[in-house]
Amino acid sequence: MAPLISEIGKRFETLHPGTRVDVQTGGSSRGIADVVNGLADIGMASRALKPQEHALHGAIIAHDGITLILHQDNPVHDLTNEQIKAIYTGAITNWKTVGGLNAPITVINKAEGRSTLELFLQYFSLSNRQIRAHVVIGDNEQGIKTVEGNPHAIGYVSIGTVQYDARHGVPIRLLPLQHIPATLESVRNGTFPLSRPLTLVSKTLPTGLTETFIEFSRSPAVHDLILKQYFAPLP
Amino acid sequence: MISSSSNILPHFHSDHSLLWGLRFLALIAGSLLLLIVMFLLQESWPAFQHVGLRSFFTDEGWHPSEDLYLLTPMLWGTLWASLGSIMLAAPLGIGSAVFIQYYAPSFLAKPYRRLIELLAGIPSVVFGLWGLVVLVPLIARWQPPGPSLLAGILILFLMILPTITLVVQASLAQIPVSVIHHATALGLSRWSMIRSVILPTAKAGIFTGLFLGVARALGETMAILMVCGNVVQSPSHLFDPIRTLTANIALEVAYALGTHRSTLFVSGLLLMAMIVVFVVMAEGFRHREANAHTK
Repeated sequence: MAPLISEIGKRFETLHPGTRVDVQTGGSSRGIADVVNGLADIGMASRALKPQEHALHGAIIAHDGITLILHQDNPVHDLTNEQIKAIYTGAITNWKTVGGLNAPITVINKAEGRSTLELFLQYFSLSNRQIRAHVVIGDNEQGIKTVEGNPHAIGYVSIGTVQYDARHGVPIRLLPLQHIPATLESVRNGTFPLSRPLTLVSKTLPTGLTETFIEFSRSPAVHDLILKQYFAPLP
Repeated sequence: MISSSSNILPHFHSDHSLLWGLRFLALIAGSLLLLIVMFLLQESWPAFQHVGLRSFFTDEGWHPSEDLYLLTPMLWGTLWASLGSIMLAAPLGIGSAVFIQYYAPSFLAKPYRRLIELLAGIPSVVFGLWGLVVLVPLIARWQPPGPSLLAGILILFLMILPTITLVVQASLAQIPVSVIHHATALGLSRWSMIRSVILPTAKAGIFTGLFLGVARALGETMAILMVCGNVVQSPSHLFDPIRTLTANIALEVAYALGTHRSTLFVSGLLLMAMIVVFVVMAEGFRHREANAHTK
């Protein structure tokens, strides 16, 4: 989310001379904590606000989907939610079981604290303790590199990041979820089941420059920037 | 600068200020370490209070979101990766140093040394990237899943090999020529001279080289993070993925808050303790060796 907001910030600075938008990264929890502690005017959270955070004000600026990725050479083209769950909990350990080659499955999971992990667990109603992972990654790019180098690996990443790579010759394939293809279009029209809102968070009802910036980030004036990062702008 | 003409010991003043200057610098160096330890203690204090020291060794696993903070698997991960790499790098490093110093023809010795120096200068993230896109897929084809203790050992080996080679070679070069002359006069062959005269004489230097190697291996983060798989488990064989203490910090600190963040500082403290234990052991060994020599 940070690269997107950096781009929006740059455009905002040229439109409002004299303002500076300072973007810092560190995950959704950090974004929200910094707003609560008054360290930042606006926090970035790549998830919806949790019930206990509803004293804060969140404004959705775009949506991102999360999907599973496989190597292009993997003959498996579709997995049911139950199969994915079984693979991630270690009940299925060979691709043969789900109609693939006779090869052990390499399960890629995300490191603690990532909102991608939280969403994934929540969607498949799993807890992180149940997951039997072989690789734990920090960022999306590391996951993509791992799948690229291991034809029997399965991982989950942000559709935005992976679509860019898939279109630029990286041998990976995005799996559909519940038969809905993992594309920007299905995320944008709300049919893709595993998606998350990219949210700008403020402590109080935004006013002044903060309000202007949030409104600007929600406006069609930044849709090209959002699309460039392979996120789905607001309809 | 001599300012006092009445002083009969004109160098006294400058000696004096040098002494105090050196004392001051030594104080800074010493207090830096102390400050780091104090900082680590202060940051990990909330974890000690909320989680308790015992939990770090007895919890069910490392699941910060469920308040479970077991650190021992990462301790083992760090230990095995470092031990494995030093066991590979020590013979090869010492061997290369002996080769440069005593066997290589002079037209080869210099470029070979330059090559090793170059290897020492490669940033660790480059090794990590190479490991991620070349080494790990290779291992994955042989023994899936690929990211493993073995990958970590091999990458660390590449990183500490030049350090060991260069330090050992430098200490070999310092051996007085007279020692070699005496050994030659005794009619020793080159190999027996190296084995029974040169290597024992250069023991301290060899030891320093190995020490620096292990220290670098223990502290390495980025490359290890990229090739080891980062699964929190005590490895049962070479192809198991592991997570080291350093990787644990790097992987989670940007996303950690509260007690979770504090436990990451405990990881740092544990790493620091490991290095202290290691230094004490090395010192003990060196003392024993020195005593053995004087007898």
